[in-house]
Amino acid sequence: MPTVDVRFTALPAHVRTARLVALAVARRAGVAEEVLDEIRLAVGEACSRAVGVHVKHAPNEPVTMRLSDDNNCFTVEVIDAGTLEGDEQDAAFDPLDAAALAAADANESVPASFGLAVIGGLVEEVAISSENGATQVRMAWPASPA
Amino acid sequence: MDLSLSTRTEGDRTVIAVGGEIDVYTAPKLREHLIDLVSGGSYHLIVDIEGVDFLDSTGLGVLVGGLKRVRHHEGSLQLVCTQDRILKIFRITGLTKVFPIYATVDEALAAND
Repeated sequence: MPTVDVRFTALPAHVRTARLVALAVARRAGVAEEVLDEIRLAVGEACSRAVGVHVKHAPNEPVTMRLSDDNNCFTVEVIDAGTLEGDEQDAAFDPLDAAALAAADANESVPASFGLAVIGGLVEEVAISSENGATQVRMAWPASPA
Repeated sequence: MDLSLSTRTEGDRTVIAVGGEIDVYTAPKLREHLIDLVSGGSYHLIVDIEGVDFLDSTGLGVLVGGLKRVRHHEGSLQLVCTQDRILKIFRITGLTKVFPIYATVDEALAAND
């Protein structure tokens, strides 16, 4: 059962708010201090991606972020109203090809899968599922409440 | 925290000191600034991100975009950063191989790349 459930309009400005809320709940859940930066970045990536998906496919639908701290585990789920984009399905966890990235067209700075690749490189426990027109990015970290 | 930008010229280089958070909300401001500089003929850029508190993949994308733009004019884009939490995302993405990263602006100015 989620401890905190946040729904926000798909606007880039709200991603920072989502990061701050996730950090506050992670602290309260007893996540180690040195992991907080990782959570901040991973949550930011997941929420930025979700906002991008909504802006494209469902601008009026809010993005959902669920934060739980059950069984010594802090879990973040970011749920959007879209399916994985083509290159995300192919390359969700592949290492990034930095050379190809730098050589690509100047107008398209990074591929859509970039955010997921960062999450994949950052978070040990991560699962991405896509069904019924919604995608969920689920990330978990150990926590030890005081 | 919002994004702050301050720009100065050092010889043939343009130093952009960035502060605050570079994320999906603030990155467009940095992108526009880099585009303006390149359009204005500044092709050798030093982006000092030592004062940046948060950088995500959108911000990296803007830096990669800036690098591509200056390379188009045979220019350069050097980064200044010593913060491990910011450098981590460069390592994860392999971009440490793409950007020359220095500890200080002086070191970047002394280097030729």
